[in-house]
Amino acid sequence: MDIAIKNGKIVKKVNAKKAKIIDALGMTVMPGGVDIHSHIAGAEVNSGRLLRPEDHVNDVEVKTALTRSGVGYSIPSTFTTGYRYSRMGYTTIMNPSMPPLEARHTHEELDDTPMVDKATYPLLGDWWFVLEHLRDDLIEECAAHIAWMMTATKGYAIKIVNPGGLESWSFGRNVQNLDDPVPNFNVTPREILRGLCKINKLLNLPHTIHVHTNNLGKPGNYVTALETMKCVEDLAEGNRPVIHITHCQFCAYKGSDWRTLSSGAEEIAKYVNHHDHVTLDMGQVIFTDTTTMTADGPFQYGLYNLTGNKWVNHDVETETTSGIVPFRYKRKSSVHATQWSIGLELALLVKDPWKIYMTTDHPNGGPFTAYPKIIAWLMSQVARKKTLSKISKRARRKSLLPSIDREFSFYEIAVVTRAGQAKALGLTQKGHLGIGADADVAVFNVNPEQVDASKKYKTVRRAFKKAVYTIKGGEIVVKDGQIVKPVFGKTFWIDVKTSLPMEVNDDLKRKFREYWTVEYENYPIPESFLHVPAQISVKAEI
Amino acid sequence: MPKLKVSLITGRTINQGRGKEMGKLSKEYLESVVICQIDPNDMKFLGVKENTNVKVITDFGSVVLKAVKSARAPHPKIVFIPYGPWASFIMNPKTHGTGMSSLKGIPAEVEPAPNEKVLSLQNLLNQFRKERR
Amino acid sequence: MTVITGVTCPVCGTFCDDIELVVKDNVIIDVRNACAMGAAKFLSYAAHRSLKPLVRKNGELVEASMDEAVEKAAKILVDAAYPILYGWSNTSCEAIRVGLELAEEVGGVIDNTSTVCHGPSILSVQDVGIASCTLGQLRHRADLIFYWASNPWSAHPRHIERYTMFSEGRFQKSTWRGYLSRLSGGLSRKRLQRAVNLVLRRDIFTTPEVKRRMPYSMFQKKRKMVVVDVRKTRTAEAADYFLQVEPNKDYELLQAMRMLIRDEELDVDEVAGVPVETLEEVADIMVGCELGVFFFGLGLTMSEGKHRNVDAALHLTRDLNQRTKFLIMPMRGHFNVTGVNIVFTWQTGYPYAIDFSHGYPRYNPGETSVIDILNRDEADASLIVASDPVAHFPRKTVQNLVKNPLIAIDPEVSPTTLLADVVFPSAFVGIEAEGTAYRMDHVPLPLKKIVEPPKTCLSDEEILRKILQKVHKMRRNQN
Repeated sequence: MDIAIKNGKIVKKVNAKKAKIIDALGMTVMPGGVDIHSHIAGAEVNSGRLLRPEDHVNDVEVKTALTRSGVGYSIPSTFTTGYRYSRMGYTTIMNPSMPPLEARHTHEELDDTPMVDKATYPLLGDWWFVLEHLRDDLIEECAAHIAWMMTATKGYAIKIVNPGGLESWSFGRNVQNLDDPVPNFNVTPREILRGLCKINKLLNLPHTIHVHTNNLGKPGNYVTALETMKCVEDLAEGNRPVIHITHCQFCAYKGSDWRTLSSGAEEIAKYVNHHDHVTLDMGQVIFTDTTTMTADGPFQYGLYNLTGNKWVNHDVETETTSGIVPFRYKRKSSVHATQWSIGLELALLVKDPWKIYMTTDHPNGGPFTAYPKIIAWLMSQVARKKTLSKISKRARRKSLLPSIDREFSFYEIAVVTRAGQAKALGLTQKGHLGIGADADVAVFNVNPEQVDASKKYKTVRRAFKKAVYTIKGGEIVVKDGQIVKPVFGKTFWIDVKTSLPMEVNDDLKRKFREYWTVEYENYPIPESFLHVPAQISVKAEI
Repeated sequence: MPKLKVSLITGRTINQGRGKEMGKLSKEYLESVVICQIDPNDMKFLGVKENTNVKVITDFGSVVLKAVKSARAPHPKIVFIPYGPWASFIMNPKTHGTGMSSLKGIPAEVEPAPNEKVLSLQNLLNQFRKERR
Repeated sequence: MTVITGVTCPVCGTFCDDIELVVKDNVIIDVRNACAMGAAKFLSYAAHRSLKPLVRKNGELVEASMDEAVEKAAKILVDAAYPILYGWSNTSCEAIRVGLELAEEVGGVIDNTSTVCHGPSILSVQDVGIASCTLGQLRHRADLIFYWASNPWSAHPRHIERYTMFSEGRFQKSTWRGYLSRLSGGLSRKRLQRAVNLVLRRDIFTTPEVKRRMPYSMFQKKRKMVVVDVRKTRTAEAADYFLQVEPNKDYELLQAMRMLIRDEELDVDEVAGVPVETLEEVADIMVGCELGVFFFGLGLTMSEGKHRNVDAALHLTRDLNQRTKFLIMPMRGHFNVTGVNIVFTWQTGYPYAIDFSHGYPRYNPGETSVIDILNRDEADASLIVASDPVAHFPRKTVQNLVKNPLIAIDPEVSPTTLLADVVFPSAFVGIEAEGTAYRMDHVPLPLKKIVEPPKTCLSDEEILRKILQKVHKMRRNQN
């Protein structure tokens, strides 16, 4: 089958005599990779970079005639991030955590991240305006504020992290469950989740609410994850998802403490298999030295107490918090090995690949450069067994993996690494090779019809490490794993058209000086600030 | 002549800060950075009066500055010079592997210098120019 | 006449963004809301400036065309084996981004002024981490504010008013009124003392007894401010309590506090000149606060111990978080010194002192930092952007800087431009050119263009881009 490309789009056919022909016979051809959740830019990521010179010193990218220099490993510099994704055939990356007040910073970094299209999610779950409006059940007013915020920060989706917990953390506290009221605001995590889920629908945003659950990283938290999914069950219409639970591995723990930790993947998978309103991404753990970073301030504080490692905390006025702790996942630690197992169990037990996507929550579970390893684990029971044989005995005994014989096909890999993610994001022109799609294509040197991935998982892993070709917007940008053409990518942002913006704006203006330490006029980012803006207009129902 | 061993501190003053924004060649700036704030009791000991000249000596050089009574005494044996070319002239260049030279808490000596003049900026810079390759 | 509101102030790290400027015929004629430094900048920035590029010929700086100056500058950089590119904290992030590309292209060392201010703080952060926040968080919530070895009254004049003691927050009220009444009380006390001195013919400057007892206000349930410094600064006078520490003894004091908040006993009577009883009281207040914060200044990084002092302060903050919520923030000096660390880090992984001579970023302060390179006399050319190292580096360091070819990009005339070989007078960013800069708490804000620059003055970013293009061309021709 031939794929024709013209003017950056997939087309029905082109003049074969004039066109440049790429012979991909015997290779795997997929749409460009899409990553729904990867921390690649912004204040948090950059503080992580600054914190860890030891992370960079042994992993460098030398300047070439075409490319800029940089460093890795778990928190690569911006140019290096773009190049490394592109070399693996990825073309679209979502940066999932942006403090709205520091949105300019995120966009400056995204501009310096070449090779990929990108977008970023503002953190809105603990914004004072949201807490106050949802407490008073003012959904429409709240929706108008969110619409303003989406445009002001050039954001893409509503990100909710430990709803209510971040405001609590500003005074050193946390919320314990979905019905634990937020101090000083008298609103519960459940109300925040339901409110923002309704607002997401009112605004017709292309993605669902993107949720990092309460109690993340705590034994026993699979119950919280299930409750979080259930709490918006009644808001679903048809089979359209209304909530995305991100890095689900980190909230799929059974047990009452670290010693008794075990997998809650079965329960979560069972729920997801019976409900269509949820999508997940894995948050797979890799055995390596990495850097954890989330907006979940109390969680990061807990991790710091657990490890005694260096710890960064950064609370952002009226909006959010964040924390960073370096972390090493060890094979021989029963907890870490159980975490590794849970991520894969989730992916394998959720029957429909369109409901769970491959991520490491880069860099929280490990750097994105480990994706080929995960592909091998998903495609090959042999690969899983090999790793299982090397992990902590206790974790091995508890692991559900030996009882699972499912092995992903190449098609399913294409779904969990691109098609499913693009669909969940509402990026209609990404994740497929149909006519009219963006001409983002990845070619890998492995023959899907001949190679038995189950046995030859090393061949597969090698193939996904370095794309033979990455085509971005119709241009060959990578050949044989080398960057041959540096390109900027676009930055998608959502322009929400509402019918009642004016009076809400006045309310916002009045409160601005009270709530923030910057002036109203200096807060929104003009579109001209972005290098290559790609506006997506949606019409809201308010 | 009396000599006083002191700890030398450099830093920002509001006049220096204001002066630098008016221009490094402005009268305001140049006047704000050629002073040495001394504890009044130390001034008494040295026998110097406000606005007369003193010489500040460190292991790295010496510079003549105008003595000024510190408004926020007491801080015996601590003298303060605002950041600027004159203060830098006698600073310790060693960084002890940190990348930063020492700018506060430098051991120094202060002595009256009634007959010496404060170097003008031109003259100060000429000292560097002589060394050009 | 137009009034422009919401202007950011391109002076100090407080980076106020509520300045109002009155502009008439392309001239700023009035400034509202700014401090003395800010007002001086907006009103007299153009008083001492040169307008045309200068090139040194036969020992004298003479006017030259932009092209000639760019050519000369590019040649200096291309010919150099190990050039340094230094400054950057007084320009926009956009210019810094070009600067990094230029440094990489010529294989030089790029360093910024944090190398001589909070560089050691960064080294400590890399060892320990840092528990911090944006300033609004403190405005709303902090009830215990420490200024340690920093003097915002002089260096960051609106810091207290905008973000701490005198600011009105959601959970904490301004203490401005209380301060005023204390101030008038203090003034009358001073007046009385002076009268008594006159009558008794005592010297006015007799050392008054240092108060050791904690004032009543320290035990009230309201916002409190403590200043720790080696001398009584203006900020200290406004504080509820002033702890005078002996010079170079901050480390001892910080470690003693760490012991106290861990409920350990100190077997000495005094630490760093402060009685242990006083320290115990302070420690109690720290543990008992709702949210406390340390702002620390160069008094820690520049005195003996350097980054070890900051280590101790960061550790103390970590320890305090076991008992309550406590945060810490360095008081950054220049308006975009935070930004320069941020931009360097996202492009190279490191915040300052970056050596590109191997073709990739290397970072080793003490080796790749500009003072050390100059002290070792290794650099053979330099480009200085928006900074004045001649005025602020030690003498020996400056000697090694100025004996080699020196390019300066600076809107102002300074000791450095006077000694340079090529000078580009640029537009004042934040007044005549726009861009982005970061407040000391990492909040990015726009720098605005208020008036048109003189025709011959391009922005730092444009000048750097011209030099970069020229360098590209020359290197292509070489190959």
